[in-house]
Amino acid sequence: MSNIKIQGLGKSYINRRSRKRDPGDDNDIGAEIKVFEDINLEFEDGEMVCILGPSGCGKSTMLRIMAGFDQSYKGQILIDGKRIIEPSSDNVFVFQQNGLLPWMTVWQNVELGLRNLEDEQEKEDTIQEYIDMVELTGFEYHYPSQLSGGMQRRAELARALAVNPEILYMDEPFTGLDYLTHLKIREEVVNMHTFIKKTMIMVTHFIDDALIMADRIIVLNERPARVIMEHKLDFSRPRNIEKEPGLRDLRDQIFMTLGVSYVA
Amino acid sequence: MIFKRNFILPIVSFSVIIALWELVVVYGQWSVQVFPGPVAVMNSFYELIMNGKLLKDSVASLYRVTIGFYLGALLGIPLGIMIGRVQVFKYLFNPLIQFMRPISPLAWIPLSMLWFGIGDQPAIFLIFLSSFFPIVVSTAIAVERINPIYFQVAANFNFTRMERLSKVVIPAIVPEVVTALRLTVAIAWLVVVAAEMIAVQSGLGYLILDSRNALRMDYVMVGMIVIGIIGLILDIIMYELSQIESVVASRFGR
Ligand SMILES: Nc1ncnc2c1ncn2[C@@H]1O[C@H](COP(=O)(O)OP(=O)(O)OP(=O)(O)O)[C@@H](O)[C@H]1O
Ligand SMILES: [Mg+2]
Repeated sequence: MSNIKIQGLGKSYINRRSRKRDPGDDNDIGAEIKVFEDINLEFEDGEMVCILGPSGCGKSTMLRIMAGFDQSYKGQILIDGKRIIEPSSDNVFVFQQNGLLPWMTVWQNVELGLRNLEDEQEKEDTIQEYIDMVELTGFEYHYPSQLSGGMQRRAELARALAVNPEILYMDEPFTGLDYLTHLKIREEVVNMHTFIKKTMIMVTHFIDDALIMADRIIVLNERPARVIMEHKLDFSRPRNIEKEPGLRDLRDQIFMTLGVSYVA
Repeated sequence: MIFKRNFILPIVSFSVIIALWELVVVYGQWSVQVFPGPVAVMNSFYELIMNGKLLKDSVASLYRVTIGFYLGALLGIPLGIMIGRVQVFKYLFNPLIQFMRPISPLAWIPLSMLWFGIGDQPAIFLIFLSSFFPIVVSTAIAVERINPIYFQVAANFNFTRMERLSKVVIPAIVPEVVTALRLTVAIAWLVVVAAEMIAVQSGLGYLILDSRNALRMDYVMVGMIVIGIIGLILDIIMYELSQIESVVASRFGR
């Protein structure tokens, strides 16, 4: 259970490599690339937050900063009132790609978050439980390279969920899954969230995911990004976009905000 | 089918070479002393096996290569890891190593004989030099190329310093290091023969040199053939090492 306060968050990269085009623009060596500036947000305990925004607007960057992987930023982030200093297994991160250690089997990867458990039996049971949950039963001793892209994502989700983290950061966790698996795992995450009520922050490109899952939707615009929409949802779950006019309206609104003229 | 082809084709090429060899000997102008044929060499081969000389010399060479190579790997891999992980070590050692590396191990022969005298030691020292630098450099490069995501995973799961080394760095570099070791064994095997021609009184290099002085070209050829065979076996061993399942899996982490 953790609430998150983001105050005046800003991030820029210094461009190191570039093909020089017009002097003075973003492509200059040494030029400062502002990814986002002055982001102010507050997430409540146990909230499921979905962040939407165009590619390259800094969603992954923001998530990495929140998880403590990147300490060079302006402003501050407070988790339960404390500044984050470093990554920790209280806040598990599901990476956009390649997050599994390729030299470890599925079993060993899931074990990472549980390796300090004293009780061997409990450890084994937990590992098996989460592997079963993401339907990788029978693939325990496969290496990531022997799994399909979707199976790798599921293994990574299992590894993250098995830790039972205070905050779960997910960077496009459903990308690369086939449609049915996508829906299934999404439902699984929603159930999990309803059950454990931990704070979950998810970046996604799928507006429908946000509508189905989120307690709060954040929309960013292009670089340098600002929050162009923040919306709290209190529709009951399970949600059905087609049967819920409020969700349909919200979808139209998000599409409009993102500059897509959406024809229902 | 593929197995058969992989097995038969090398036999074909070897047979052709031996046939050509025999043809050149039969129709060429050289005397048996200068250019012995396959049959004569086979007889000498048998002779050298039976009197134990071949085994003794092979063991002597393999011993030097093994010790020198192990020393090179034992010191080279940790140093490479430190150079790859710690900026200070990188700037401290990298220029020095890049400067020493292009100096052929053979250029060290005079100094090593002066320092270590005659015997196993100077030869081992040369093998060590020829293994150490390539291993350090390959290891350092492999460490630097580890995908930073794996260190983020390590940080995320609160790895200790030791765990980061044993669960991330070492498994991540294994494929590259094994490849480097494979190349290095080949270099070491080349160097040992040269070293034995100068610094010692045993080994396959010495066998060749000694036989030349005695004008026994058949023994020289036996020495060459044995060097080839052992080199091949060493390479097969190193190749098998690189095919272990978890090593193969690591290779996909790039
Ligand atoms: N290491 C880096 N050095 C310089 N610029 C970077 C670096 N990492 C990211 N950027 C820049 O920061 C911006 C934001 O990147 P980020 O990966 O956060 O985008 P994103 O919103 O997650 O995009 P996507 O939806 O495609 O994953 C990009 O425009 C990129 O050019
Ligand atoms: Mg991203």
